Amino acid sequence: MIAAESHSMAQNGAVVTIENLRKSYQLGHMELPVLKGLDLSFDKGEYVSIMGPSGSGKSTLLNILGCLDKPTGGRYLLGPEDVSTLDDNQLSSIRGRRIGFVFQSFNLIRQLNIVENIEVAMYYQRVPKHERRERAIMLAERVGLGDRIKHRPFELSGGQQQRVAIARALANDPLIILADEPTGNLDTQSGAEILEMIDELNAQGKTIIVVTHDEHICSRTHRSVHMLDGKIERIESNGRA
Amino acid sequence: MLSQFLSVLVISLRSLWMHRLRSGLTMLGVVFGVSSVIAMLAIGEGASRQAQEQIAHLGSTNIILKTVKPPDQEIADASQQTIQEYGLRYTDAERFRATIPDAEVVVPVRRKPQQVQYLNRRITSEIVGTVPWFSELVPIEELGGRFLTSMDMHYSMAICVIDELVMDHLFKFDAPIGQDLRIAGEYYRVVGVIRNKSVSVNGNEESEVGDSNGGGGVTGAVYLPITTMKNRFGETEIQFGGTTGASGEKVELSEITVRVPSMERVMPTRDVLANVLAMHHKKKDYQIIVPLELLRQAARTKRIFSIVLGSIAAISLLVGGIGIMNIMLATVSERTREIGIRRALGARKIDIVVQFLSETVALTLIGGLLGMGLGAVIPILVTMFGDMPTVITFQAMALSFGISAGIGVTFGLYPAYQAANMDPIESLRYE
Repeated sequence: MIAAESHSMAQNGAVVTIENLRKSYQLGHMELPVLKGLDLSFDKGEYVSIMGPSGSGKSTLLNILGCLDKPTGGRYLLGPEDVSTLDDNQLSSIRGRRIGFVFQSFNLIRQLNIVENIEVAMYYQRVPKHERRERAIMLAERVGLGDRIKHRPFELSGGQQQRVAIARALANDPLIILADEPTGNLDTQSGAEILEMIDELNAQGKTIIVVTHDEHICSRTHRSVHMLDGKIERIESNGRA
Repeated sequence: MLSQFLSVLVISLRSLWMHRLRSGLTMLGVVFGVSSVIAMLAIGEGASRQAQEQIAHLGSTNIILKTVKPPDQEIADASQQTIQEYGLRYTDAERFRATIPDAEVVVPVRRKPQQVQYLNRRITSEIVGTVPWFSELVPIEELGGRFLTSMDMHYSMAICVIDELVMDHLFKFDAPIGQDLRIAGEYYRVVGVIRNKSVSVNGNEESEVGDSNGGGGVTGAVYLPITTMKNRFGETEIQFGGTTGASGEKVELSEITVRVPSMERVMPTRDVLANVLAMHHKKKDYQIIVPLELLRQAARTKRIFSIVLGSIAAISLLVGGIGIMNIMLATVSERTREIGIRRALGARKIDIVVQFLSETVALTLIGGLLGMGLGAVIPILVTMFGDMPTVITFQAMALSFGISAGIGVTFGLYPAYQAANMDPIESLRYE
């Protein structure tokens, strides 16, 4: 797959389009480039993996895709919006409405129970309380934890916690779901369950971007973006689509 | 909006409840701070109100002249007589009345403690020789019979008016009016019973001035016409003993109270009185007390007192506030991960500020309420066990509640901003 082709896909309903995306960090007087001009485009409903060794820039790319960081140069279109120029408040709002995060270490809030953890994302979007609660319970049921909604995170297994995280990621019906090594902290069995759940979400039309080392995950996705030294080394189509 | 606020509050309270011990200990600083502010202000207010009431009883338009015994040195120098003559005289009172237009009312008083006896009961009371218009200056309430009249004075009648205390001690079973009291070997008929509403003030005054009449064991007062007192008791007192044999002193009046028409006339009249007295008294055997001046002094003292007490309490509140800030900083760094998660899930910086600030404010407000409770109890205990008057004012309550809220905001802002300004990426990585 070449950049030109992915660009053409951008015209027919791409959710993520990045053009000549660059990011560098200032280290004292030295400028350290981490991303050296990336062009990518993901379609709605696509399931993409981003792979690469440590230091290849995939985490930085993930942060920028997740609107946690701003690019130094280039453009990033998320849906119809150019988010590369937004300020901190606007980025917060984009994160809340457009992006669902699934982290390696689940990142649930300890003092909140399951249903409240799912609600947090909606809370910042000013979703009314009863609606919030209703939807959170619905999502908890959807990930198979309907009977655990009053439990605290530490009362659940890793796999269950990750399912809560997935439910939370779905709360505001985001454009993309970003998963960072979603099975990294799980045993094989739970990992497989989570991957199945992600597959299922994708089958329901969610756009999913997974950052991983795991070839096994990679093989489940439509395309894999391989990164090396801040550039895209190659993009593989896995023929699953 | 309200539901938003309530949900923020509920979240804060839950988060505080998660760390009950820590929150409780942190709150203690505010509790003690606020309660000490209230208690200090209550004690200060009580003390000053008591002082002001006492002074107000003396009359803000009064000028009080008191006889004081001049220093021994001066007496020895002044004369070789064995009988020392000093103090205010009838002529002084006459002179004031005749020559000072502003002296609206002039009341001479002579005091002397004496044993008073009715049947077989005796007590030591203060014998007060005075004039009928005494009642114009001192708030008295006639409980029965009448007060002194000008007839009594004119004819030096052997009658007396007693106060409530004397009645209670001597007339346990009889009606006092019409009975005869025996004082220094002579009998006086009781014609009235009064309550002197400023009786506590008199006690205070005396100890303040160091009057020889004062001192312990004196119960109540018996009022005689001043002429009667002069005729029957005389003015000279002889004391035997010591190295010089007999010595005596002659005092005509214990005090003269002058009332002027208005407060503006108090200070000018005081100066006139001082000049007149200086002209006719070689020795400094009198003292001029101006209640108005005392009142002003009391107000000044009160202000200083309040400032000192307030500062002490404010420091303790400040310490409480610093404690809160310290804990909140620790809390923020402990919850770095949570902050990162919330930021990733769409929380704006201001949302994080609101969250942590509301926790601090909730903490201080709860502490403030508890402190108000404690602060209301302490003055009651002080009054009960310390025998000190205390006054809890609404202002003190409102002030300390406001201060505690202010402390929450002031000392909560910095940790909250620190929380908000954390890099979400860094905080998500934080272990």
